[in-house]
Amino acid sequence: MEKRVTFSRWSIGILFAVPQLILIFTFFYWPAGQAVYWSLTLQQPWGGGNIWVGLDNFRSILSNADYWKSITASLTFAAISTGLAMLIALVLATLTDRQLAGSRLYRVVLIWPYGIAAPALAMAFRFILAPEAGFMAVVNQVWPGFWDPGLDGTDAMASIIVAFSWKYVGYNFIFFLAALQAIPRSLIEAAAMDGSGVIRRFWDIQFPLITPTIFFLLVINITESFQDSFGIVDIMTSGGPANATNLMVYKIYSDGFKGLDYSGAAAQSIILMLLIIVLTIFQFRFIERRVHYR
Amino acid sequence: MASITIRDVYKSYAKMQVVHGVNLDITSGEFVVILGPSGCGKSTLLRMIAGLEDISGGTIAIDGAIVNKLEPRERGCAMVFQNYALYPHMSVAQNIGYSLKVAGVPTAERTQRIQAVARILELEQLLDRKPMALSGGQRQRVAMGRAMIREPKVFLFDEPLSNLDAKLRVQMRSEIRKLHRRLSATSVFVTHDQVEAMTLADRLVVMNGGRVEQVGTPSEIYSRPASRFVATFVGAPAMNMLEGEVTLDGLSLLGGSRRLAVSRASLPVGSKVAVGIRPEAVRLVAPGTTGALNASVDLVEELGAGRVVYVDLDGAAFSVMTSEAVHPAPGSAVGLQFSEADLHFFSSETGSRLDVFKASVPVPAL
Ligand SMILES: Nc1ncnc2c1ncn2[C@@H]1O[C@H](COP(=O)(O)OP(=O)(O)O)[C@@H](O)[C@H]1O
Ligand SMILES: [Mg+2]
Repeated sequence: MEKRVTFSRWSIGILFAVPQLILIFTFFYWPAGQAVYWSLTLQQPWGGGNIWVGLDNFRSILSNADYWKSITASLTFAAISTGLAMLIALVLATLTDRQLAGSRLYRVVLIWPYGIAAPALAMAFRFILAPEAGFMAVVNQVWPGFWDPGLDGTDAMASIIVAFSWKYVGYNFIFFLAALQAIPRSLIEAAAMDGSGVIRRFWDIQFPLITPTIFFLLVINITESFQDSFGIVDIMTSGGPANATNLMVYKIYSDGFKGLDYSGAAAQSIILMLLIIVLTIFQFRFIERRVHYR
Repeated sequence: MASITIRDVYKSYAKMQVVHGVNLDITSGEFVVILGPSGCGKSTLLRMIAGLEDISGGTIAIDGAIVNKLEPRERGCAMVFQNYALYPHMSVAQNIGYSLKVAGVPTAERTQRIQAVARILELEQLLDRKPMALSGGQRQRVAMGRAMIREPKVFLFDEPLSNLDAKLRVQMRSEIRKLHRRLSATSVFVTHDQVEAMTLADRLVVMNGGRVEQVGTPSEIYSRPASRFVATFVGAPAMNMLEGEVTLDGLSLLGGSRRLAVSRASLPVGSKVAVGIRPEAVRLVAPGTTGALNASVDLVEELGAGRVVYVDLDGAAFSVMTSEAVHPAPGSAVGLQFSEADLHFFSSETGSRLDVFKASVPVPAL
């Protein structure tokens, strides 16, 4: 029997919910509402009120080639970094699941990167991936001009993808390992008795059984790659070179706070929000179908 | 069909040894049941045969070939797990046919073999269902089907019935027995349930603490238990044990309050022995009957067909199983009578069976 807590009067229940509701309203709905309002008006940079402009902000943004370039960069970044972070984490978790000694240590050690603030992490990777010193300098010595994220847009994109993936590998690993360990050992053993080898067992038994986790992480990783990438971009590339890494979330900041185009930035954040919503709905509609919930 | 030869097999986990040198010969087509209390290493032994656990020492051979280093799939064994271990995301048909799919058997043949197995196990209507949508007994049968379809040389069962309710267990028990008669594949069945063990086994292996205590047919084990452990573990209610000491003229029991006249005692005077008698070998008679032990009734357990009478024999608990229509009241006095042929003697030190006594009916000490 499921245990349910019931309140004799509904007002008591509401009372318990109020603190949470206030938080959500103050920090989510209110700012979001403000953003919607700003996106439909023109803010004057030096103050002096808003002018209602309807969808003009959206029209001007969507007709801007720079903005489309930013969307493309964001989608590229999201796809590659999510794929990389999930794939590496899954491989590590599968290997760890097979040899369990010390897995507790891995759990702790691998969650740390997720605990590091994005800017701090970006700082570290800026040094690690610097073309003039460190590991990449050695590579550059062998192939001169191979690596320079300061000049080459692709290199810059690769840098932020590496930094972001590094952070999320740990996060994904924890979830994958937990999911793999939740699979009863006897299922794997039964498959082994049925003649299935290690790789085959992974595809036939383990993979289908962790699809709920894969799906969950896919949604989280994609969403976060649109949002949590800000600190990394800001520290490592500032959107450059030549806007190659000017991801949507960074462009909102640079247009709004550096370019002082509050209204345009507000409209961009509405578009980003819609994009994330649409992507999430898409994932639930088309990918979740293939998930085996137990 | 295959024979299994187990020689001096040890198993250690980290520093702890859990199986201490097991020797066992299982002949081709035999149904062997390994019986023992929880934690005695039965599953570990079975899993070493299956190849799911490394063998720390000794050898296991199937059909004469040592399999220590072989992968599970190379050993030709199929296993039925206690929790069934059905693949939750596959249908019943896919579960049963998985081993054939892995082996690359063409779809047409696979379907036909799945059908054949499903017919034997009466699963034909359920082939499209997921394990979630099956009852315990049905899951159990799917697990059996998954093992059967491979036509293995050896069937291994790890307490496959212990998750079923009592009625289903009895039913599945006879189905397993029938299946074995039909397939006559070598089977090793692990259980802690002695009724299951007695009814299924051609030969019974009683294990305790990682060692084999006795190997024999169920009736041999019941009638001539090789050790005190086997004597008290097999049979319900458990065999009564009375502590005794060898004296000049026989045995003194229960700290000297009773004497047992035995015709020959080759043990030194003063050595400690345990005398066992099964509850079902004791008759209740009127108190004071000549040659009977007097005791007082503690409790009567009604079983329907008979009852178990628990009595107090000079402070020692003693049970009597009777099918006669006697209903002694708690607190009343009864006499206990038994014949010397039903007595078992065990060394108190080693616990092993002693066949040195020829007992006569015990007489109350004066
Ligand atoms: N993976 C393991 N690591 C350490 N000890 C184990 C492991 N598996 C079983 N054991 C120990 O080995 C002994 C025998 O276990 P097992 O063979 O499962 O007993 P059972 O007779 O109940 O099937 C137990 O004491 C158990 O605690
Ligand atoms: Mg067990």
